[in-house]
Amino acid sequence: MAELKTYVLGRKTIEDLEALDQSDIKDDLQEIPSELMTINMGPSHPAMHGTVRIVLTVDGERIVASDVQPGFLHRCFEKESEYATYTQIFPYTDRLNYVSPMINNVGYALAVEKLLDMDRDIPERAKYIRVIVSEISRITDHLTCIGASAMELGAFTVFFYYIKAREWLFDLLEELSGARLTYSYVRVGGVVNDLTDDFEAKLNQHLSGLETILGEVETLLNNNKIFRDRMEGVGPFSREKALAWGLTGPVARACGLDYDVRKDYPYLVYDRFDFDVPVGTTGDCFDRFLVRVEEMRQSIRILRQAFEQIPDGPVMIDDPRVALPDKQAAYNTIEAMIRHFKHIMDGIRVPPGEAYTFVEGGNGELGFFIVADGTGQPYKCYCRSPSFITLQTVPELIKGHLIADVVPIFGMINMIGGECDK
Amino acid sequence: MAQKVLDALNKKFGDAIVETTSEHGDEVAYVDRAHLLEVATWLRDDPAMAFDSPVFCSCIDKLGEEPRFEVCYQLRSHSHRHRLRLKIRLDEDDVKSPSLAGIWPGFGWLERECYDMYGIQFEGHDDLRRIYMYDEFVGYPLRKDYPKDKRQPLIRRDDLPKTLA
Repeated sequence: MAELKTYVLGRKTIEDLEALDQSDIKDDLQEIPSELMTINMGPSHPAMHGTVRIVLTVDGERIVASDVQPGFLHRCFEKESEYATYTQIFPYTDRLNYVSPMINNVGYALAVEKLLDMDRDIPERAKYIRVIVSEISRITDHLTCIGASAMELGAFTVFFYYIKAREWLFDLLEELSGARLTYSYVRVGGVVNDLTDDFEAKLNQHLSGLETILGEVETLLNNNKIFRDRMEGVGPFSREKALAWGLTGPVARACGLDYDVRKDYPYLVYDRFDFDVPVGTTGDCFDRFLVRVEEMRQSIRILRQAFEQIPDGPVMIDDPRVALPDKQAAYNTIEAMIRHFKHIMDGIRVPPGEAYTFVEGGNGELGFFIVADGTGQPYKCYCRSPSFITLQTVPELIKGHLIADVVPIFGMINMIGGECDK
Repeated sequence: MAQKVLDALNKKFGDAIVETTSEHGDEVAYVDRAHLLEVATWLRDDPAMAFDSPVFCSCIDKLGEEPRFEVCYQLRSHSHRHRLRLKIRLDEDDVKSPSLAGIWPGFGWLERECYDMYGIQFEGHDDLRRIYMYDEFVGYPLRKDYPKDKRQPLIRRDDLPKTLA
């Protein structure tokens, strides 16, 4: 009997219990004093996108402290890159953020081009194509994030609608690059091949379909009581904290931090487009959701403008340092064949130096810090992955919330395991 | 772009700034380790600098050179739109460096990553644990003298060939 009471009343000792009479015990039960409990969430958990472990310390249902442990998907991106030629790294970058690999490709290519001092000489058409594929990838990234999060909150229809739209775009990129997810489409100096003939027509069709779906999902979610109850006021973050923690991307913009690399440090041809950067106010999960939806609409705007402006011309720079020789020449002349051989075996020779280049990824500032030593392989290739930096704030975000709130908070920061763990 | 930041640093701290360079549009300031905290605090608090956001922290292992390690801190100012890379040089046998996580909390995990991969000991960091590798891991995998194909399985298997075990 005493044991049972000790259990119910937490830290009360038997002496305490004996001193209490029956009515006191009844009053005491109203508060249910409880001991802190440690609960393990993940690494394999249905609501953990990717593989990450959260050790929660809870007081009843409320989270007091937490320890987030990434690293289960660590594939040694940096170490492998130090042993690969500059071109061989493109497939590795595909596997960082695997729902928007094109942006990784573009970001990495820009970093190498900066070291080669050829960022101004990239053909105009290649720049536009890079913008187009980046914006399509941004849309697929946000579709996955919102679709999966909504599904976890019970809105399964949204998931199907969004994944349908995502598959249209994946199919289109597959036609372009030959792969559904791991594109490796961008090269140092341009892109592999030109857009397919019916790319624009198909994309236009998909974009109008996507707009319909965005409208439909808006009616499903924006005034949905269950969705709003789970999202509104959950995991708020202030603008000052977002700055000090180094947050970028949709999560930072939801906090009211008006930082978008495309606007603040325009790269490629982003300064030629008219688009808005949505900014939230409270930084809670609902703001993050609204910011992401609006960003998709802005990406559609950019895509339409890009197709109005895109010029004809080559898609690869005419520079023997980085471009492969023409296939016909490589087969028929010894010079071109040797050049092809050296290019593939030794890699692009990048002059010694170091540079940090950053682009607006799906989740924020995606940067590559490359140190070159004059050989065909980078001396160091560091990736500033936005997911990693956002994941760092999860203990702050979930503190004081219920265990159930971990799911929307974790979903809306959109942690991508491959990018976070590198 | 941020040349005036470098000039201001040189003027304010003099000898504590070992060297300043500018490469591919990135401004770099090499800081003496003893003055790093002081310089970083000033960079954050001075209204003309206002480096309010951390970008990344990493390390370059220049094996064979003296000093061997270069720890890099990339900073960003949201209000002034300028960026700066702070660097400190560390000898191989003294890899201690003051932690900047107290100034910019965002450096907390980034310094843990740097410790995990390069073994840099950040002094004053309140939670310096490995982050990608497991606790039992021996060595620092991104150091240049760590062989790429070396394996350290968490669970030892004596029945496997030596190359895999």
